[in-house]
Amino acid sequence: MNGFPILSVMLLVPALAAVACLFLGASQARWLALGATLVNLALGALLWLNFDIGGAQWQFVEHHEHVFGLFGWSLGIDGFALLLIELSVFLMPICIGASWEAIEMRVPEYMSLFLFTEVLMIGTFAAQDLFLFYIFFEAGLIPMYLIIGIWGGANRIYASYKFFLYTLLGSVVMFIAMLYMSIVAGTTSIPALMAYDFPPHVQTWLWLAFFASFAVKMPMWPVHTWLPDAHVQAPTAGSVILAGVLLKLGGYGFLRFSLPMFPEASAQLTWLVFALSAVAVIYTSLVALVQSDMKKLIAYSSVAHMAIVTIGLFAFNTQGIEGAMMVMLGHGLVSGALFLCVGVIYDRLHTREISRYGGLAINMPRYAALFMLFTMASVGLPGTSNFVGELLSLMGTYQVSTTITLLCTTGIILGAAYMLYLYRRVVFGELKSDDVRAMPDLSSREMWLLAPIAAVVLWMGVYPESFLAPMRKDTQTLLARIDRAKPAGDSLPTKGTGIVPAAHAETAAHGEAH
Amino acid sequence: MISILFIVFLPLVAAAVAGLGNRALGNTVAKSLTTGALFVSCALSWPIFIGFMTGSLSESVTPVLHFITSGTMDVSWALRVDALTSVMLVVITSVSALVHLYSWGYMAEDPDQPRFFAYLSLFTFAMLMLVTADNLIQMFFGWEGVGLASYLLIGFWFKKPSANAAAIKAFVVNRVGDLGFMLGIFGTYLVFDTVSIPAILHAAPGMAGATIGFLGYRFDTMTVLCLLLFVGAMGKSAQLGLHTWLPDAMEGPTPVSALIHAATMVTAGVFMVCRLSPMFETSPTALHVVTIVGAATCFFAATIGTTQNDIKRVIAYSTCSQLGYMFFAAGVGAYGAAMFHLFTHAFFKALLFLGAGSVIHAMHHEQDMRYYGGLRKHIPITFWAMLLGTLAITGVGIYGVGGFAGYHSKDAIIEASWAAKQTGAFWAGVIAALLTSFYSWRLMFLTFWGKPRWAQSEHIQHAVHDAHGNGHAHDHPADEHTAPEAHAHDAGAHELATGTAGYHPHESPLNMLIPLIVLSTGAVLAGFVFHGWFIEPTAGEGFWRGSIAFNEHLMHEMHGVPVWVKLAATVVMLLGFAGAVLAYLVRTDIPARFTATFEVLYDFVYNKWYFDELYNLLFVRPAFAIGRFLWHKGDEGTIDRFGPNGWAWVVQQGSRVTARVQTGYVYTYAFVMLIGLTAAVTWVIAG
Repeated sequence: MNGFPILSVMLLVPALAAVACLFLGASQARWLALGATLVNLALGALLWLNFDIGGAQWQFVEHHEHVFGLFGWSLGIDGFALLLIELSVFLMPICIGASWEAIEMRVPEYMSLFLFTEVLMIGTFAAQDLFLFYIFFEAGLIPMYLIIGIWGGANRIYASYKFFLYTLLGSVVMFIAMLYMSIVAGTTSIPALMAYDFPPHVQTWLWLAFFASFAVKMPMWPVHTWLPDAHVQAPTAGSVILAGVLLKLGGYGFLRFSLPMFPEASAQLTWLVFALSAVAVIYTSLVALVQSDMKKLIAYSSVAHMAIVTIGLFAFNTQGIEGAMMVMLGHGLVSGALFLCVGVIYDRLHTREISRYGGLAINMPRYAALFMLFTMASVGLPGTSNFVGELLSLMGTYQVSTTITLLCTTGIILGAAYMLYLYRRVVFGELKSDDVRAMPDLSSREMWLLAPIAAVVLWMGVYPESFLAPMRKDTQTLLARIDRAKPAGDSLPTKGTGIVPAAHAETAAHGEAH
Repeated sequence: MISILFIVFLPLVAAAVAGLGNRALGNTVAKSLTTGALFVSCALSWPIFIGFMTGSLSESVTPVLHFITSGTMDVSWALRVDALTSVMLVVITSVSALVHLYSWGYMAEDPDQPRFFAYLSLFTFAMLMLVTADNLIQMFFGWEGVGLASYLLIGFWFKKPSANAAAIKAFVVNRVGDLGFMLGIFGTYLVFDTVSIPAILHAAPGMAGATIGFLGYRFDTMTVLCLLLFVGAMGKSAQLGLHTWLPDAMEGPTPVSALIHAATMVTAGVFMVCRLSPMFETSPTALHVVTIVGAATCFFAATIGTTQNDIKRVIAYSTCSQLGYMFFAAGVGAYGAAMFHLFTHAFFKALLFLGAGSVIHAMHHEQDMRYYGGLRKHIPITFWAMLLGTLAITGVGIYGVGGFAGYHSKDAIIEASWAAKQTGAFWAGVIAALLTSFYSWRLMFLTFWGKPRWAQSEHIQHAVHDAHGNGHAHDHPADEHTAPEAHAHDAGAHELATGTAGYHPHESPLNMLIPLIVLSTGAVLAGFVFHGWFIEPTAGEGFWRGSIAFNEHLMHEMHGVPVWVKLAATVVMLLGFAGAVLAYLVRTDIPARFTATFEVLYDFVYNKWYFDELYNLLFVRPAFAIGRFLWHKGDEGTIDRFGPNGWAWVVQQGSRVTARVQTGYVYTYAFVMLIGLTAAVTWVIAG
């Protein structure tokens, strides 16, 4: 990869295609978008193959100073960024495929916006300059805002407005914090800032400013209410990319900024993250249980899953951070797939009302099987992607707080309840009406969308090493940086005496006699 | 050891092929493939078990694939084989192979056979992964895998609302146990810095007496860990409090009940406690809890078993009760006896379930024993098989000579509890043995003796009607189960009209009878033949070789208990038998009179101590109510109202921008915003 600016090319391909789409007809725009995203997928594969695991922290670095005034075109990735870029390029062709027939209005614009989203997502993960990051990060919401606002459902204006309002408000404070940081530290380079020590009292304010933005993006309770509306109104592919990648921006932000740049503040405010996360798991799981709209249910479940990410990140240990990353990847795949599953039947019946369905196992057995797989992955069944992440994340958290772990682990009970209840109402039971009976099973196009995700979900569940290896060294680098602020756990085990306590004296005596 | 790879993975391959091929593959291919795979697994398992009995094999770990490495936690997929595993291997593969064979006949009319057989094989694979686990994570994988298979099989007839409800209940209640298991794994890793089972067991004795913080309090370390793990065992093995899913699980096809909900999966909790017995040995408190929970379940489930009318539910509560025996055996330190009972129970309980399936098959999906009667002569092979199963479960035997399977294993548990000076558990075990004998013979008498009472059964009426009609086969699966509530509320079955309604029950086909005959052999011989290796002091030590915390001393003590203790189980068994004879053969009006006299007590027991009602009131309904409250009052009523909607209102009052958004000029707006944003950033930085 010597000298080949692969990251720039990965930004350029969808960007050029996005522009070109606007000058094409509907059918050509579809094919161009698919072609461009597939090229990016191939480039993504190349990127992964050439990533030197255990090598330099930042790889594929491109650095051109002062291209835009004071800040430059500065790209480069570590293992965390690599994996999230892979997630993005993997989901993108699937999104295009999911929109193939469902979108009939303004197709060129739609495809163009999706390609533009891809540029911004990859840019966010690859940016090494504070302001370059900011532009990619914040601009990412514009295409999504438009996708919801134009191709969304009946109540799309309210949803897009809510989405926009929430995310923008958070970003304003973050922007001010960034300005302050660049002036005080005298650099806009993210790697440099990651090693810069701000005084602890300043850290707290900066941390809170970033938190305002990341918590909304995550989304954490109580700033999560934009998500259900956005999902419900968004077209299927919009939901996939929203749940699959855009929700990961918050977690990535914590990992890239909050933890390494403000270690003391992170440790100090861990209680806040933990408390909000524990509330989120229980609160949103219970709300998910009573939803009658499929997309809303999955949206609420996303909030609960993202809470497992935040507790893991703030556990300050290997399992927590690696687990959080695995949950992000797993959730990206699984919730994306679940939204596709909803999309499949929405395309046939044009309703998201759970009660309208039932008995799909009879006329859609292939659909039932794949939906079951993703349902099980969503509840974190071992052997699927989400289990590895949840296990590690909760295991890491246990080392810090047993109480928070107990509260958050209830998510495995509640998650099973709301997902299986959903599955039962949609797939099991008798076919209730003729229009449901007439629904055909998955087409080959739909199989091509879901089967690859299913394969990766199982891959991550059975051999997660492929995904853990690239981030292993970065986790250690991060931990070395934040170790000084690491909070003590509440377990504090003492050493054993080797003497079995009394209460069973006679048995112990027997043992000795024997 | 190469053969273990075939034993474990053949069922997986068969499940994958049959499941993915499904109808394209055809019934016969799918069934032959899965059944064949299981018989091969079974044939490969017995030599391993025999190898451990003769001492020619020693423990081995076969690596398969790297799994998770995160920090110091390093986990691999690996297959561990030691004496404990070898016992489980033969139990699982033998019962599973026979159940596969049996299902050829039992499921012959089902349109979804490949799916059924795929699930059965998938279950077997997961169960094998569980018992061969060398670390806690793989054990958890198997643990959840069998949970998934159980969920799928309970809900196999997915058109039935009751089956779907039972499936969800089984999964969710098990998840409550899994919460404990997971926390146990976390705590164990925190304390031992590893999840490898041999490493934990090696370090466990040294950790005795340590303390640890949990939920803000400090406790004895090993007690916390053992009890958390035990919560998992309670869920899987349907122990008191987390037992409610097991009776409902009878919604699944009967072969499933035999394999999963009697012989194998539900014993996973017992297996776990035995596997981790060196850990439990370091915490007397934890062992006390195990004893108490086991003894309580043993008694509680047996009481309910005496009142149920659904033949499968009686056997389900019996299973629950027998699992209680295994747990209190483990709790008093007699792990060998616990495993012995697990082993014998697998044979005779699978036999009873498959026998019940054969009865149900003959009675056209009728499951209510009140509509049985007099079946002895019509289905003689089934009758003899179930009779042997009953003799085994009630523990018929002669002191000093030997007896049926249960005589050796259950009596060993009762004696061990006396020898360990656990008087409470001893008496609970004795009373439960009385009840066991009573409900088992009640089942036999109601089903096989007396006059036929079939005329009242809707299923039989359907069958007769169909036979007289166009001969259309009536095989709708939704009819397998009829809720007891649908019938008149009484236990006095004998008040019902007698008569055959012209129906002729037929004996089951050969592929169902062969498993019955094979299992009958097990029910007769398993105790007598194998007791040496499982519980005799010297032979046991030589067999187990450290794979469980085998307490040789306790096994010696067991032989020294007073004669009346040894005879106690046999005496109460005879009492229970006599009671059943009196109530269901001689004076058949007694049950109705008893019910009328002790109505409150009867209702309490008949309604399963009102656990379901209590849980509904405490957990299920509040969960939905709170969910609705949080959604409407929390999200919509508070967060949105004062958040975005409030903002919108404020902004709308004076701003044209919002008005333009709402009239749809999003394009212009967004474009302006993008330009503005970029310009602002550039300007601020450059300036």
